Amino acid sequence: MTIWIIEDKCDGCQRCIKVCPYEGIEMKGNIASITDRCTSCGACIEACKKNHAIESDIEPRPVPDFSDRQGVWVFAEQNQEKLARVSLELLGKAQELAKALGQEVSALICGKDVSHLVETLHDHGAKNVYLIEDDALENFRTIAYANVIEDLVLTHKPNILLMGATGLGRDLAPRVSRRVGTGLTADCTQITIDPEEKLMYQTRPAFGGNVMATIACRYTRPQMATVRPGVMEAMPCKPEDTKIIRHEVSLKEQDIRTRILEKILEKKPGTDISEASVVVAGGRGVNGEKGFAMLRELSNLLGGELACTRLITEKGILPHDVQVGQTGKTIRPEIYIACGISGAVQHTAGMMGSRYIIAINNDPMAPIFKLANWSIVGDVNEIVPEFIKQLSSGGAS
Amino acid sequence: MNIIVLVKQVPNTTNIKLDPKTGNLIREGLESIMNPDDLHALEAGVKIKEETGGRVIAVSMGPPQAVDVLTQAMGMGADRAILLSDRAFSGADTWATSYTLSKAIEKIKDYDLILCGHQAIDGDTAQIGPQVADWLDIAQATYVREIESINQNNAENEIIVKRRLEDGFERVACKIPVLLTIISELNDPRYPHMGQLISACEQKAPIQVWNAADIGVKTIEVGLEGSNTHVIKTFTPNFKRQNELLEGSTKEVVSNLIDRLKKSDTSISHRL
Ligand SMILES: Cc1cc2nc3c(=O)[nH]c(=O)nc-3n(C[C@H](O)[C@H](O)[C@H](O)COP(=O)(O)OP(=O)(O)OC[C@H]3O[C@@H](n4cnc5c(N)ncnc54)[C@H](O)[C@@H]3O)c2cc1C
Ligand SMILES: Nc1ncnc2c1ncn2[C@@H]1O[C@H](COP(=O)(O)O)[C@@H](O)[C@H]1O
Repeated sequence: MTIWIIEDKCDGCQRCIKVCPYEGIEMKGNIASITDRCTSCGACIEACKKNHAIESDIEPRPVPDFSDRQGVWVFAEQNQEKLARVSLELLGKAQELAKALGQEVSALICGKDVSHLVETLHDHGAKNVYLIEDDALENFRTIAYANVIEDLVLTHKPNILLMGATGLGRDLAPRVSRRVGTGLTADCTQITIDPEEKLMYQTRPAFGGNVMATIACRYTRPQMATVRPGVMEAMPCKPEDTKIIRHEVSLKEQDIRTRILEKILEKKPGTDISEASVVVAGGRGVNGEKGFAMLRELSNLLGGELACTRLITEKGILPHDVQVGQTGKTIRPEIYIACGISGAVQHTAGMMGSRYIIAINNDPMAPIFKLANWSIVGDVNEIVPEFIKQLSSGGAS
Repeated sequence: MNIIVLVKQVPNTTNIKLDPKTGNLIREGLESIMNPDDLHALEAGVKIKEETGGRVIAVSMGPPQAVDVLTQAMGMGADRAILLSDRAFSGADTWATSYTLSKAIEKIKDYDLILCGHQAIDGDTAQIGPQVADWLDIAQATYVREIESINQNNAENEIIVKRRLEDGFERVACKIPVLLTIISELNDPRYPHMGQLISACEQKAPIQVWNAADIGVKTIEVGLEGSNTHVIKTFTPNFKRQNELLEGSTKEVVSNLIDRLKKSDTSISHRL
């Protein structure tokens, strides 16, 4: 399996380099040349249709007929008989995908005694709910759950199966995907249906969020992804003619191969800023302990976490595990509010991937403003208290 | 105990430099290291060996230069190391990677315990461990933060571990053989031992290289061809933002900002 370049035909347009996902091509003089990073994926051949300067001996892999694979499924995660929020978020996304495909949304739920949760799943868009109740499913155990889902998937042949990228989901999904013989994309933050091939395009961060990759599962079904909690939106909407499909299983204890001896609840160990959807960060422009108390109030109001630059951890005002940047954490929250932060590259390396950046700084030339969606030139000691005031009163007046 | 540790060579993404103009990852000069979680997996393996006897084999799939992480593994106390390297393995997704690793493990044959890192810092998938366990049809425990006891002499033949959960932890008894994915809380990895490092470098120590034929896989089953998922495109998250300067009195500026947040596509917009 190789790819080669017909040098006479290459006009040096570099289109192949732009599409190559692996940096498998580079320019040698005015001509493209294959590097040892090439994986023979063939993306460049597509891109060079005009010149036909790239050839290979790869045989195109046939795409099987998947017309019998129907339905967008969501694995509904429950813990102590409470539904995980991400499952409802996934049902919201599933409605959108199902609409684009002209297919139905289904949820599957397993546990010991979980039938009272079915209603909520219907109310959030699941037309069909597959319900599996068994004593062996009381606590989550990988092999027990994987056996059940394998059975359901092989019987009902869904097109898509989504799970939350929670601790449970990331333990279970890979095992299920291997079992049913399909691909899996981890921790997606964006999912769309490609209008041409009707494939599910799954976009996820890699390299600590420094690169985004869009991935598809073209040759096998179901198309499986785990999806990061908090990025999709629940959409309450009850379909007509809802159905409950009970599925019987026979699980043997010795096949499951693990036993839960006990579960111990712990107070959340330190806040994890990389999990937060809102981060309020402060730098040297924030007035010491007092200033950070003010920022904490703001972050609490927004349901977020507090973070800082290195100068702040060096002063001992906040611990190292909330420092953002090259020598701290790389985070990509939905909203990053930078207060009194200049925007040195070592800091911005850790927060550039945030969806929205708000910068508050009294120096109009501060580099942080180059990265911001919304810039406020002003004193944090005035802006932040006003922000807190308006948030707690629910309006400006 | 016969222990296999899966280790991966990764670019050091904690030290990443971005092109300030384009925001692109600068790959040149990016140093290669052993995946941080894998150091903890190795430490756990070597420690168990020291306590209970047995042997540790480190296995890695990667390009020829990935031999560096295996040398390091030998320096930390692995008895043998195997590099799975073949052009046919390149471009593998987690399906093809886990298949390749599991075929190598089947060839090694005698194992009680397989240890791997929880996740790799380049792909961040955390899928390889569970998938390898499923290919081998053995038990798994992920997010392992403590190995409590190994009961291999009685009829039980099991290992008890503590797994981290979102709201605490659980104690689980797993039938041997079992695959554990290790998080950094478990231990503090040791530094490689000089003598062991040198003997590993001098090739006195056995670092073997296996290709596709050695582990009995067809090239269409591995690498890019054997993968179920494919990268359609990669891109740098768009750092060039629509920048808007909010002006006016403090009150106006803040209420304009809250307005923007309410209209934004974020999970908090409806709560404001
Ligand atoms: C090898 C190396 C690694 C590093 N790693 C990191 C890292 O991981 N993380 C990190 O953060 N840094 C890191 N740094 C340090 C980094 O280079 C910067 O020094 C640091 O980020 C600056 O922090 P700052 O923005 O809080 O402070 P400053 O650069 O001093 O900026 C303070 C800002 O606050 C503004 N300001 C002052 N008063 C007010 C006010 N009342 N209202 C509004 N604005 C005000 C000022 O205009 C200024 O822009 C690293 C440096 C090196 C050399
Ligand atoms: N190519 C590889 N060779 C050996 N081990 C690997 C490889 N890829 C992943 N692993 C193991 O699987 C763990 C999880 O990786 P990942 O699923 O890629 O996040 C790593 O910490 C390694 O222990």
